[in-house]
Amino acid sequence: MLELVVIGNGMVGHRLVQALCDRDSAGEWHITVLGEEARPAYDRVALSSYVDGVSAEDLTLPSLTVDLHLGDPAVAVDRDARRVTTESGRVLPYDALVLATGSVPFVPPVPGRDLPGCFVYRTLDDLDAIRAAAAEAVARPGAGRRSAVVVGGGLLGLEAARALRSLGLSPQVVEIAPRLMPVQVDEGGGALLRRLVESAELAVRCGVSVNGIAEDRGRLVATLSDGVELDADLVVFSAGIRPADALARAAGLPVGERGGVLVDERCRTSDEHVWAIGEVAALEGRTYGLVAPGYAMAEVVADRLLGGRATMTPEELDMSTQLKMLGVDVASFGDAQATTPGALEVVVNDPVAGTYAKLVVSDDARTLLGGVLVGDASKYAALRPLVGSPLPADPVAMIAPGGVELGADALPDSAQICSCNAVTKGAVVHAIGDGADTVPALKACTRAGTSCGSCVPLLKKLLVDSGVQVSKALCEHFAFSRAELFEIVASTGIRTFSGLVDEHGTGRGCDICKPAVASILASLGTGHVHDGEQAALQDTNDHFLANLQRNGTYSVVPRLPGGEVSPEQLIIIGEVARDFGLYTKITGGQRIDMFGARVEQLPAIWRRLVDAGFESGHAYGKSLRTVKSCVGTTWCRYGVQDSVGLAVALELRYRGLRAPHKFKSGVSGCARECAEARSKDFGIIATDQGWNLYVGGNGGFTPRHAELLASDLDTATLVRYIDRYLMFYIRTADRLQRTAPWIESLEGGLDHLRAVVVEDSLGIAADLEAAMEQHVGSYADEWRGVLEDEEKLARFVSFVNAPDTPDPLVRTREERGQRVPVALGLPGVGA
Amino acid sequence: MTATETSVRWTTICPLERLLPERGVAALVGDVQVALFRLHDGSVHAVGNVDPFSGAAVMSRGIVGDRGGVPTVASPVYKQAFSLVDGRCLDDADVSLPSYPVRVEDGQLDVGLPW
Repeated sequence: MLELVVIGNGMVGHRLVQALCDRDSAGEWHITVLGEEARPAYDRVALSSYVDGVSAEDLTLPSLTVDLHLGDPAVAVDRDARRVTTESGRVLPYDALVLATGSVPFVPPVPGRDLPGCFVYRTLDDLDAIRAAAAEAVARPGAGRRSAVVVGGGLLGLEAARALRSLGLSPQVVEIAPRLMPVQVDEGGGALLRRLVESAELAVRCGVSVNGIAEDRGRLVATLSDGVELDADLVVFSAGIRPADALARAAGLPVGERGGVLVDERCRTSDEHVWAIGEVAALEGRTYGLVAPGYAMAEVVADRLLGGRATMTPEELDMSTQLKMLGVDVASFGDAQATTPGALEVVVNDPVAGTYAKLVVSDDARTLLGGVLVGDASKYAALRPLVGSPLPADPVAMIAPGGVELGADALPDSAQICSCNAVTKGAVVHAIGDGADTVPALKACTRAGTSCGSCVPLLKKLLVDSGVQVSKALCEHFAFSRAELFEIVASTGIRTFSGLVDEHGTGRGCDICKPAVASILASLGTGHVHDGEQAALQDTNDHFLANLQRNGTYSVVPRLPGGEVSPEQLIIIGEVARDFGLYTKITGGQRIDMFGARVEQLPAIWRRLVDAGFESGHAYGKSLRTVKSCVGTTWCRYGVQDSVGLAVALELRYRGLRAPHKFKSGVSGCARECAEARSKDFGIIATDQGWNLYVGGNGGFTPRHAELLASDLDTATLVRYIDRYLMFYIRTADRLQRTAPWIESLEGGLDHLRAVVVEDSLGIAADLEAAMEQHVGSYADEWRGVLEDEEKLARFVSFVNAPDTPDPLVRTREERGQRVPVALGLPGVGA
Repeated sequence: MTATETSVRWTTICPLERLLPERGVAALVGDVQVALFRLHDGSVHAVGNVDPFSGAAVMSRGIVGDRGGVPTVASPVYKQAFSLVDGRCLDDADVSLPSYPVRVEDGQLDVGLPW
């Protein structure tokens, strides 16, 4: 077996090992990886998300079966003896050595750059240090916001500024070039970028550098080249990177003029046993600070190590970038700076809409060379793969608003669909031909779409264009989508699951179709969710009208419309929780959640709550959860409308309404948005003219802001529009589809939704409103429904043969003065 | 059934009528928790009530259905499906629930636990 030593455990080193492991079926190579950081390899591109709460574990790349030595960097390479020595004294012989040491942050040699409070922005450890310093600064007594200086207005500098902003500091970005992101964006794009960034409350100074940093009464002062002094609590340097080539230099390997180990088109150094990839490698003297070129190099070396003949040229390396920061879309691809001789630039600059788009084309205007998009990068996925290809349409029309839509069919087979993983359109089409008929299947067999995800819309398009019938079947029991089942139920009058599955499905259902049908039946107003056969369709939450928790107990949430609660009600909730030993917590949606109730306790708990006037909060169902509200005009000095009154009215109107997914709302009494209404499925923000209605926001895995549907509405019109919107969603969305992806899935998107809801373009508004009126008119509290029905009550027992014996597996302990579950040990598995 | 009948101890749980079709109930037999299900076709099945994936005693509260014709219950915690015939997990070949024989006599439902 041959020995491979990889020095460096970053994204590129990891990719090399992954590619080699995938393809080395003969087991030719034994791999040893040396990592300088003590952590396993992680996604450095997503580094900034760490500040937003994404954990180090989430960023960790899949682990690979290799000899991995973390926190033990290589200190010497003996090329004659073909040995690497590590800091801890390990000596590793090699047949092949790959340098993947990456780069180090460049810190300009200014006085004071080593002072406490000065940081670089490169690793998770750097971010931990920045976070600790920011927290300390924010906690320091003294007036005013705490501030930071970011040295460098490139991609990373802007990310650092955004991170500092979310840590509660006011960052000032100092960029020596005359514009932001000078490497990727041209002058016109840079001007718009600056305007958009500044409107996100980020201060920018271009065309100046930092001359020095000094300590002054516990804070830092950065002196700029124009004489301005900036006070700061911390300074972050993100002024570029330098290849980490010290080890290579010491080993006598030739390096480029600006650093970086010189490699040929095979990524081989001057030593035939030593290779270099990623940011430490200089291909034809040039280094690359993006992950995609590094990945491409890793693939070449993996191929070569297994006897392949892969090569690469600088022209083939994808230097495109797309990012969204501070809410601003920026993308740059190909020859964005128009350096190709004779290149022509086509620009569509709309300062009013806040968009800038430029295409760089060849001198004969036939071939696309590159481009820049600022403010709206939605065409990036379609444009980037076209680089080097004949233009499919007039370049102005390709970037003009309302211009030609670029279909996947315009792309040549050689076009790279996924630049992160170098997957061509040809490879994707081939995989589709081989039977990959879903996006996950394409991801699994081509790896396209698995890194940054920007090409996923294009993958979908290719699937559709290939004529693949994407199955809409709910599960093995129904060949229909949820929307189709809804229409079948609504139009046939079938009101039982048995009837539906007998006539329109097969088998006896499952945990996918049964709750979906239960939800459809509930939306159509078929009485209590436990009536008749419906009882057997409900998921455990809807079966026990409470939320199943991990130890098998439930939590109980009474409705507090709009978050309003009287002192008397608070006392009752407190008494109930105390008497039943429940843990209480205020939820994220302005409710009080009581945890730890056992099945047999639920009716007694509800009895007390219902007698006091509470109703079920439906915190368990795929239904309306809460309508959050701020304080509104009643108390607030700034409120312009009664947000509490409206929130209460809306919560009572839509209580108990079942939908494809749980949904939430919020009402803010003024533009300060204290109710965070724009993170809700429908949110309302007061204006001095009335109400603005926003739709399609949500938290969860993919948080999203709601978008404006209609503005300055009077209350009656507002309610009518919400009725239509919700009912249209309930009727046409897929199972478990939230409002945001539902709106995206509509042909025509938000504009179509607006046409249906506001202009009644389909002529169904009256029907939708009538359906909602029926729901509002027939609402009855589900807890009370159980308490008044002996047969339903009989289901709330711990054991059918020992109705009041508590589940012996539920045990609790005390934490911060309340009872919490003891973690369950997993039982022995097996019959 | 004859093979197991000799090696189990039968315990009467409740009238069969107490079970809703396609819905489970939990029963306590000594310190063993059993989940009992009555299916659409009238058959009755018993498996262990403790979900091997979460450790919570909740299998009786799962949704009943079928997968490829095999009657199943889905754990209400993380949704794995288990065969009601022999307790094996259809999503993980290494995991299964204990399964127990059941019989109905004079309208009463009995479950058999090993001696």
